[in-house]
Amino acid sequence: MTTLVRPGIVGGVGTSLLRPDGIPKIKGEFAFSSDLEAEGMLWGATVRSPHPRARIVAIDAAPALAISGVRTVLTQDDVPGSGHFGLERPDQPVLAFGETRYWGQPVAIVAAEDHETARRAADAVRIEYEVLAPLVDPAEAVRLGSTFRTIEIRNGDPDAHGEIVVTGEYEVGMQDQAPLGTESGLAIPDGMGGVDLHIATQWLHADHEQVVAALGLPPDQIRLHNAGVGGAFGSREDISLQIHLCLLALRTGRPVKMVYDRAESFVGHVHRHPARMRYRHEADRDGTLVRVEADLVFDGGAYASTSSAVLANGCYFAVGPYRAKSVHITGASARTNNPTAGAMRGFGAPQPCFAYEAQMDRLAAALGMDPVALRLRNALGTGDRIPTTNQVIVGSLPTREVIESVAAMPLPDPETADDPRSLPGGTGLTTPPGAVRRGIGFAVGIKNLAFSESFDDFSEVRGVLTADGLELHTAACENGQGMVTVLEQIGRSASGLQRVTVVFADTSKIGSAGSTSASRQTQMTGGAALRAATAVREEALRRGGGDHLDDAGVWRGGRLVAPLAGLLGDGPIEHLERFRHPPTAKPDAFGRGDVHAGFVVAAHRAVVDVDPELGLVRVVRLDTAQDVGRALNPLSILGQIEGGIMQGVGLAVMEEIVLEGGVMKNASFTDYLLPTFLDAPQVEAILVEQPDHWGPFGAKGVGEPPTISSTAAVAAAIRDATGAPINRVPVRPQDIAFGSPESPVTSHQQAKSPRPRS
Amino acid sequence: MIRITVNGVARTADPAGPESLLTTLRDRLGLPGSKNACEQGECGSCSVILDGELVCSCLVMAADADGSEVRTIEGIDDHGTLNAIQEAMVGAGGVQCGFCTPGIVVAATHLFEANPHPTEGEIREALAGNICRCTGYGAIVRALTAVAGTEAS
Repeated sequence: MTTLVRPGIVGGVGTSLLRPDGIPKIKGEFAFSSDLEAEGMLWGATVRSPHPRARIVAIDAAPALAISGVRTVLTQDDVPGSGHFGLERPDQPVLAFGETRYWGQPVAIVAAEDHETARRAADAVRIEYEVLAPLVDPAEAVRLGSTFRTIEIRNGDPDAHGEIVVTGEYEVGMQDQAPLGTESGLAIPDGMGGVDLHIATQWLHADHEQVVAALGLPPDQIRLHNAGVGGAFGSREDISLQIHLCLLALRTGRPVKMVYDRAESFVGHVHRHPARMRYRHEADRDGTLVRVEADLVFDGGAYASTSSAVLANGCYFAVGPYRAKSVHITGASARTNNPTAGAMRGFGAPQPCFAYEAQMDRLAAALGMDPVALRLRNALGTGDRIPTTNQVIVGSLPTREVIESVAAMPLPDPETADDPRSLPGGTGLTTPPGAVRRGIGFAVGIKNLAFSESFDDFSEVRGVLTADGLELHTAACENGQGMVTVLEQIGRSASGLQRVTVVFADTSKIGSAGSTSASRQTQMTGGAALRAATAVREEALRRGGGDHLDDAGVWRGGRLVAPLAGLLGDGPIEHLERFRHPPTAKPDAFGRGDVHAGFVVAAHRAVVDVDPELGLVRVVRLDTAQDVGRALNPLSILGQIEGGIMQGVGLAVMEEIVLEGGVMKNASFTDYLLPTFLDAPQVEAILVEQPDHWGPFGAKGVGEPPTISSTAAVAAAIRDATGAPINRVPVRPQDIAFGSPESPVTSHQQAKSPRPRS
Repeated sequence: MIRITVNGVARTADPAGPESLLTTLRDRLGLPGSKNACEQGECGSCSVILDGELVCSCLVMAADADGSEVRTIEGIDDHGTLNAIQEAMVGAGGVQCGFCTPGIVVAATHLFEANPHPTEGEIREALAGNICRCTGYGAIVRALTAVAGTEAS
């Protein structure tokens, strides 16, 4: 099958077509999952463990059931089927029994006639606990062998050493995805023992698989429907309330709605893995990177979730987008009694990026070399081998181009603005302009595209020609990123039709589209849409006996020979496409192999103003060049870049879930700080277009790269401004004002501050 | 029982005890456009204009709104067509998931009614109580400075 971009297509690929749901969203008419209602519906609520680790001695539902309007209280005893779920392995009980393993773990669920009554009922369920000592130190967990996965990677010449050595220890805190829409859904029983669940999620079919297994139901008894998603960023890849909703609906025979409040949302989904990383870099005097050793400990928390794959990403990309002759990486994802960690934008890549980019700056300082020149000297490109897995890079990888593009961008006016809104500390007027120190930092990051390590990664799209145009049916989840727009564009370019509609199909109508994660939907569901639309077009031309298709119908030699409706007389024109990316392999015993389907790079340069006495930071500017393969929708890509950078800036300077003995101390938007309009830096972005080998029209996914190296760039800029070591993110005021004595740099280069080329 | 004028229409509602205006609007008056994202006045997703003042409706007790006039996202457009702010935000890519969008439209409309030509700094300050997790704010600021005619050079 050949596919071509058809000339003259309005709103096809390469244009900034506006999103089809923009108008209902701007008018407040778009239905999010939390806006759904059904006749006679009940509200559900969750009873959660107040202890990170405790033995459940007794559960007494009577006080809750005594409240007027309460319809049921359910525990794990009421769960039929396996009673367990989990993305990588079903290790998590639907409701805790025996022992609770993290703070906020669901123990019971209730349903009542209204939301407030359901909340009161949840508070009224009496649970007796025997509190146990939680395991909260991931290093201790690793020593005890309490891990989800350990990895050792050895590649290259084990005896190769460099003359110049820098070492460092780094730490990344726990970040929350904090989508504005909390977890919510509506389950409607069908009266025949089945349920229709309307849910905001990232992966409809993975949810479906876990719901039916946990509840022991035939797959066709449960149908999952995409409901409006208020952002995700990884937080909706795991099950939260899906099974609870179906169980409550089945037991009460009534529709049941649940909406988490913000505090509950913080404990109701997985988070970015906190990480502790030790690094040793060795280089020749000319700046050639020779040897990288690293040890990564990720805290996976209580349950497996995707810890295994996140750790793998951390280890595979532990060196960054650089060549190295000798690599030894060890990694472990610890099993603790902290909140469960899993997917968040970047999926294991941002943590090592913060560390390896700090190391590259320290190496540049030790060499007396320009940090940008050092990166260029070692930059990975097509035909090189990934230094950890030894995999040959066959697609595009313009590491050199993204670095050079950002380095060439103009810097802002070095003068600090006199508007207090532009100063560290803002309108608090804490910082006199004369006290501000400017810093500039540079960072580059790399990540895999789509799923890896032999996972059978596919997406289904059904193309359907109707009298009104082309429909593209998919179960893929639109989380706000704009996949719905890109699919429409691909459909237009491939078919020649302007009237293309994306139809979100439930799990009974079509196969899996895979997860809206791993930057994969543009390539995977986009790839399926391209083939489906092309096949529909070819069949339409065959039936019509023509050479051109548009909204009017099939044309031959400039004359309309068959209107669209006329093509359907012999039955529908449909094509179901199941798209797979090139196969990937499992790693060998030393972490080597063709484990990835493709790669993407981006570079960031941050400019910060710092008040060194108060330790306050304002990120002034964050410029980037990103490898996009081919820009299918430049406006949407810019939206991903600016939004992703903001989350990277958040991790750099303010966003952290603070844990004390496994208990979250700041599960609210008052205490977990998110960047606001006033915190947002100016962003300029360059899209580097070098078509990749398998994405539609050469496109790569674009969602994650903005979040990978933006954090590292901000940290580098703060180092540049202050000379403080900055070995952990988020950077706290005391790390700037007093240094970070608790995580010292062991390098002899400690005192020297890297200074990127400006 | 409270009486409020919502988007120019007289309405009555019977909020339960300490119920917020947001809950009354969403669950009793059939106006789900205002969103609940934090329920503590930090994110602005529930922004409405109450007797001319921009408020987080999650922080207002419905009972205290008795006798008031409320404008919500459902009543912010320009006689059935998008207002200039809505038009500009959609066109600039200022909408992604859209959960913060109603609150931002209401807050920006309130700002522009008081100050039709705000500078970028004034826009950022006026909207600092509205959190968006998707866009990084850039596209929204570009949209609003264009409406204000004060785009940065």
